[in-house]
Amino acid sequence: MGLIEAIILAVLAASTPLLLAATGELVTERAGVLNLGVEGMMIVGAACGFGGAWLSGSIIVGALCGIVAGVLMSLIFALMTLGLAVNQVATGLALTILGIGLSGLIGSRFVGEKISLAPHLYVPGLTDIPLIGRILFGEDAFVYLSLALVIGVWFFLYKTRAGLILRAAGDNHASAHALGYPVLRIRMFAVMFGGACAGLAGAYLPLAYTPFFIPGMTAGRGWIALALVVFASWLPGRLVIGAYLFGAVTILQLHAQGWGVGVPSQLMSALPYLATVIVLVLISRARTGGSTAPAALGTVFVPDR
Amino acid sequence: MRKILIAATTAILATGASLFGASAADKLKVGFIYLGPIGDLGWTYQHDIGRQAVIKEFGDKIETTYLENVSEGPDSERSIEQLARAGNKLIFTTSFGYMEPTLKVAKKYPNVHFEHATGYKRDKNLSTYSGRFYEGRYIQGIIAAKMSKSGVLGYIASFPIPEVISGINATMLGAQTINPNIKVKIIWANTWFDPGKEADAAKALIDQGADIIMQHTDSPAAMQVAAERGKLAFGQDSEMIKFGPKAQLTSTMNNWGPYYIQRVKAELDGTWKSEDFWGGLKSKLVVMAPYTNMPDDVKKLAMETEAAITEGKLQPFKCPIVGQDGKEVECKGGTHLDDGQVLGMNFYVKGIDEKIPGK
Repeated sequence: MGLIEAIILAVLAASTPLLLAATGELVTERAGVLNLGVEGMMIVGAACGFGGAWLSGSIIVGALCGIVAGVLMSLIFALMTLGLAVNQVATGLALTILGIGLSGLIGSRFVGEKISLAPHLYVPGLTDIPLIGRILFGEDAFVYLSLALVIGVWFFLYKTRAGLILRAAGDNHASAHALGYPVLRIRMFAVMFGGACAGLAGAYLPLAYTPFFIPGMTAGRGWIALALVVFASWLPGRLVIGAYLFGAVTILQLHAQGWGVGVPSQLMSALPYLATVIVLVLISRARTGGSTAPAALGTVFVPDR
Repeated sequence: MRKILIAATTAILATGASLFGASAADKLKVGFIYLGPIGDLGWTYQHDIGRQAVIKEFGDKIETTYLENVSEGPDSERSIEQLARAGNKLIFTTSFGYMEPTLKVAKKYPNVHFEHATGYKRDKNLSTYSGRFYEGRYIQGIIAAKMSKSGVLGYIASFPIPEVISGINATMLGAQTINPNIKVKIIWANTWFDPGKEADAAKALIDQGADIIMQHTDSPAAMQVAAERGKLAFGQDSEMIKFGPKAQLTSTMNNWGPYYIQRVKAELDGTWKSEDFWGGLKSKLVVMAPYTNMPDDVKKLAMETEAAITEGKLQPFKCPIVGQDGKEVECKGGTHLDDGQVLGMNFYVKGIDEKIPGK
């Protein structure tokens, strides 16, 4: 296996949890809800995903457990912010803190246990193609699933009527409501989708990355996913580019150290975040045209009846 | 009638309280402050095993309390004080960042004894303790040089602080006794704990030609990657063989139990004094996991080295030590570097090509 191929494979794996979590958050934010609890939903997804896989011996059961856990977490958020119209930022932060504690509680039984990793795919003939075979057909299924998910989300948001309505709810909830659309129900489904994706992203870590559960193992990836949505300026296409860019910077900075490139490692560790700040500045300077934040993002909606 | 009832209830409550009070006063209460969750499989996990050893040793004579996930800095002060106010007479604070808060609380509670791990500030009622982990690293260096086919070692480091740097140097000094031309590739993860990143770093090192992985970060992720790729690795803090049955050579383990038992015993006997304890292989604070996945001659060499260090015949930082710049380092300890030089180490030894970040 060549070095370049090895690096690309590592980047694919490192980017996948970011891409999964960010895709979910993108849909949530497109519906006008800012859920800062991604990290919390992810870590609970990781704990339940590992638990499910460990108890059942099946990676698929583990992934489903992660998804269900993420959805349940997001329902707490939905109940608070949509049902009781509580501030979204505060609720999201609380959800993260809750998730970190809860995952430790759930996971305490599994600490020190080990499962076998999700198998890498093998398509006879295709996986053996030199250079591109391993990359296109030889990673674990989650890698390709995450890409399919983004394409699906793009199709949903821009090519379907339901997607249009979801975006309308995120841009102007009053108008969407006036047109007779159930804004709160739309938002609830968006939040649940976000939770499912975050749960799966969390479960990816113990199922396909490092086959054990340790409290705090998401180590801030949920926050990177949040930054990615902004980086992508709420566009699915750019989200893919952003996720792989973040993954590439993470992996390349490790390789650069091994090669002895004379850039301080602390600076390289900070590069993804620096990139986000720069994109934020560029977005705010280019307010006219292009895509910006959903207009109603983070605002509470209470329908007048 | 009602008055009698109240009186009776009060009497019962009072007896109950006095009984409870008496039993609580008989027991020595010992408190622990942990940085991570007890399930981190690394640093905090090992401290908690030490706490359990204390319970096993003294049983009913003591009562332990621990607070986990206590972040370093000002926040920890409240947690430490909470333990002091709850009647704990001996309190262990188990991370470097608790140094100032422990010092402050110790001044406020002169009748409570405190023990701070890995720090250097002491008081009448505040001891410090730490481990000579570099002794284990020296043995690891010897094993690594023996086992490496490529002659390139991969080292995942956390932060460029003296403890980590002395570990890298000890590894290289050990390795150079076997192969003077051995190379080390160092990747700084800039974190103590991020399993994903540690795994990525291990992959990067292996992809760049390292065939032995060693780490100064806390999770078993790197061990697992090495196992998956058919390479060899060393554990960190705790036994990690479960994550690499065919990969783990040994592990430098932190064994706090004997020290905790000794200190709790001193407290029970009334002989506790403020001290500075820096224990290594000799005092069994540093313990090597079984030597596995290596031929018998390497195993023998490792055990001989371990015995020599334990007996004090071998000093990992034996003079002369030549720095990266080619100049000999001043030898303050006579035949070897003194403790201050090791505790404040901020240079690489000759043979390491890289630079310390930020230097």
